[in-house]
Amino acid sequence: MKAIQNLSRRGFLKTSAGVAGALVLGFRLGDKAAMAASGGADLFNPNAWLEITPANKVTIHVPWTELGQGVTTAVPMLLADELAADWEAIDIKLAWNDPRFGNMGTGGSRSVRTSWDPVRQAGATARVMLENAAATEWKVDASSCKASGGSVVHAASGRSATFGELVGAAATQDAPADVALKTRAERTLIGKDLPRRDIRAKILGETEFGVDQRIEDMVYATLAVSPTFGGSLKSFDDTTALAVPGVLQVVETPSGVAVLATGTWAAIRGREALQINWDPGPHTDLDSAAISARLAAADIADGQAMRDDGDIDTALAEAATQVTASYEVPYISHSPLEPMNCTARITGDQVEVWAPIQSVTWGANVAAQAAGVEPQNVRLQPTYTGGGFGRRLMVDYVGQCVEIAKVSGKPVQLFWTREDSTKHGFYRPTSRHNMHAGLDTEGRITGWRHHLVAPSIGGQLNPQGMADGRDESAVNGAATIDYTFANLQVVYNMTNTAVPAGWLRSVYNTQNALANECFLDEIAQAAGQDPVALRLRHLPADGRLARTLRVAAKKWGWPAKAPAGRGYGVACHASFASYVTTMAEVEVEGRQVRVVRILTCVDCGPVVHPDGLRAQMEGAVCLALSALLREEITIAGGQVVESNFDDYPLLRLDEMPPVEVLTIDGEDPIGGIGEPGYPPVGPAVLNALFDATGQRVRKLPLAGNFEG
Amino acid sequence: MSKFDLHVNGQRHTVDLDPETPLVWVLRENLDLRGTKFGCGISECGSCTIMMDGQAIRSCVTTVAEAAEKKIVTVEGLADGEKLHPLQEAWEEEQVPQCGYCQPGQLMTAAALLEQKPRPTEAEIVAEMSDVLCRCGTYGRIRKAVDVAARKGGKR
Ligand code: FES
Ligand code: FES
Repeated sequence: MKAIQNLSRRGFLKTSAGVAGALVLGFRLGDKAAMAASGGADLFNPNAWLEITPANKVTIHVPWTELGQGVTTAVPMLLADELAADWEAIDIKLAWNDPRFGNMGTGGSRSVRTSWDPVRQAGATARVMLENAAATEWKVDASSCKASGGSVVHAASGRSATFGELVGAAATQDAPADVALKTRAERTLIGKDLPRRDIRAKILGETEFGVDQRIEDMVYATLAVSPTFGGSLKSFDDTTALAVPGVLQVVETPSGVAVLATGTWAAIRGREALQINWDPGPHTDLDSAAISARLAAADIADGQAMRDDGDIDTALAEAATQVTASYEVPYISHSPLEPMNCTARITGDQVEVWAPIQSVTWGANVAAQAAGVEPQNVRLQPTYTGGGFGRRLMVDYVGQCVEIAKVSGKPVQLFWTREDSTKHGFYRPTSRHNMHAGLDTEGRITGWRHHLVAPSIGGQLNPQGMADGRDESAVNGAATIDYTFANLQVVYNMTNTAVPAGWLRSVYNTQNALANECFLDEIAQAAGQDPVALRLRHLPADGRLARTLRVAAKKWGWPAKAPAGRGYGVACHASFASYVTTMAEVEVEGRQVRVVRILTCVDCGPVVHPDGLRAQMEGAVCLALSALLREEITIAGGQVVESNFDDYPLLRLDEMPPVEVLTIDGEDPIGGIGEPGYPPVGPAVLNALFDATGQRVRKLPLAGNFEG
Repeated sequence: MSKFDLHVNGQRHTVDLDPETPLVWVLRENLDLRGTKFGCGISECGSCTIMMDGQAIRSCVTTVAEAAEKKIVTVEGLADGEKLHPLQEAWEEEQVPQCGYCQPGQLMTAAALLEQKPRPTEAEIVAEMSDVLCRCGTYGRIRKAVDVAARKGGKR
């Protein structure tokens, strides 16, 4: 989930005559070494994204998971536009863990931006080959043959052939070394509000999510795992569980005790009837107050300077004005609506897995390990996925399911209840941000120190790998800040705990942007400056973030005075190679905070699917607002307190503000859109809350921390 | 175990089950109507909402015994053959779903609302639809789509 934008690693393989005479065009993303080696035999065994059969069936295989972000529309649009295909007739499939796709994983708002160049090139290459094939057949000049709408046409003679009719000839063509991609004006699909390809099935109830998988002789399973972090199984008695009607078998696996049954309900009831004696492990003293106290006590002298420009100590000491503030955010849960689940079958040394999953390749590796086979013996088919938000980058449930299939000898579907999903997550880490700024007599920020104290996701997953306490990803959005401050220091105290930590939509940007942008608002107040003007003063004037800020401010009519009981706030942040400004209006009555309006301006370079972008911004607002208002995972006795949506309530429809989305659609380098909308939402709302009430809330969530 | 007659989407089924079995599992696993989704099991999220005798009910807290002999409609029964329900048309028009997991419950909640109040006010739409969670943030579109369907004469 690193915010990389590394298109230079793309590779491109030629074509080969595929199975059954189909034209199979493949190319590889990533893997440079394999690319270099691909001049030989590999060349004729490429990654298959696109297939065209003689019967004119055009299929695009998408190696990114459809989590609701619309990737099964946007990525095929890139290919189909350059291919000049008939969009309506294209079949779109979710790719399985075909090793020819390289490492498959959906995160980091990467899918569309890393596909942008290579997938369009793949489409263009195929189009040129089809045009060349037609020219050869018709013995005319290739430049006179043009593909459009799924056929190649020779205008002068009026001849035309469907792609399907040309695949035999096209497959024998050499792939052109260089293809020209369409100019912006020539694009027919990219940039258009096409209907999403997955909507019809979703409104008919026909989409098959992970929980909807059914395989022959499948049984349903639940798994009891240690309620405490680091606990282990001592003993269990399954007598009562086995007496529950429908319960077939109880097995001990490396992860816990599994109950297998003829249905999910029986598996749930069977698990309730298990008598289990757990060794609670070493963390039973761990609770939220202790973690918070640890964060507050962290000594900056023990931290790692992740960025250190100029001389921060002198800048702060010599400042005309100093401003300090500390912010704290809690652990929060992803809570996608589809609970964790997985379906697996082991036949001899072959393993098949169906899972709603983001980390496809990692999941397959974990499945292989659990089954005791080689990774190439695992076929993992990602399913349509009922939300992910980063939770399904972790593949714990896949390993658990394969273990159960192995020990029980049965094809099995493992189902996590909502309680399981809430209590056994990988939570967005809690963090504390000690901010310190110095201003000169002109009100210019001369020194900026961001002291971040937080658990490290990477450091907890791989303690050896980050033994030096340096986690670059933890300071995403802090060390990578867009503002130009002559003296800028970001110090990180890695403060790991036993609470599992994971990547949640926009990851550490969620909290680092909150600290940056709320603190800037406090500085503006201290210096008597307008918050937008203060930001513009410290951003490169011709920069992309400043542009979103100017566009949003203009649309909003900033600066403006909110009516009584209301407030306006602003925040901007760049992440995942995109630039976003968000403005919020809140209405406050006592402790009641209602966000009544959100305006967001996004610069992600070219906009592939405008309505998809809007939907992603709406989703980011929903998730960020939900976290801001009341989400908090609390820890007591070494375990998670919350269990279901009654004690971990999510944002509801009546709390969702209208979201207006502006875009700066252009040909600047492309950025992601899945995550960048999230970070500025929280601080914009908190700044609006200050505008309305004069109160700074520096600890989240608002529930319990805003007194009204 | 006991036998129950279920009337779902115009078809009759007989099942032999523990009377306490929540309807959501019966639909999904015994009748293979997998459109209805489980999200919480405690009547909080609304993903499992179906229509029973014209009312929106939560199939995760409704037992098979309670559902017997009632007229049940699930998302699979919302369209009339090839003809989409006006709500489904509006859902398509407004491009509502993201992940889609909550959408069967959203649609069935809206369908029951329009059964009872063919022209709901905005406040009624908001009140009713706030019962169903969507983690992806499709709320604004849902609100609009229910209104669009109602204006077109939202009852099937
Ligand atoms: S599953 Fe029934 S309300 Fe959530
Ligand atoms: S569309 Fe994903 S939960 Fe509603």
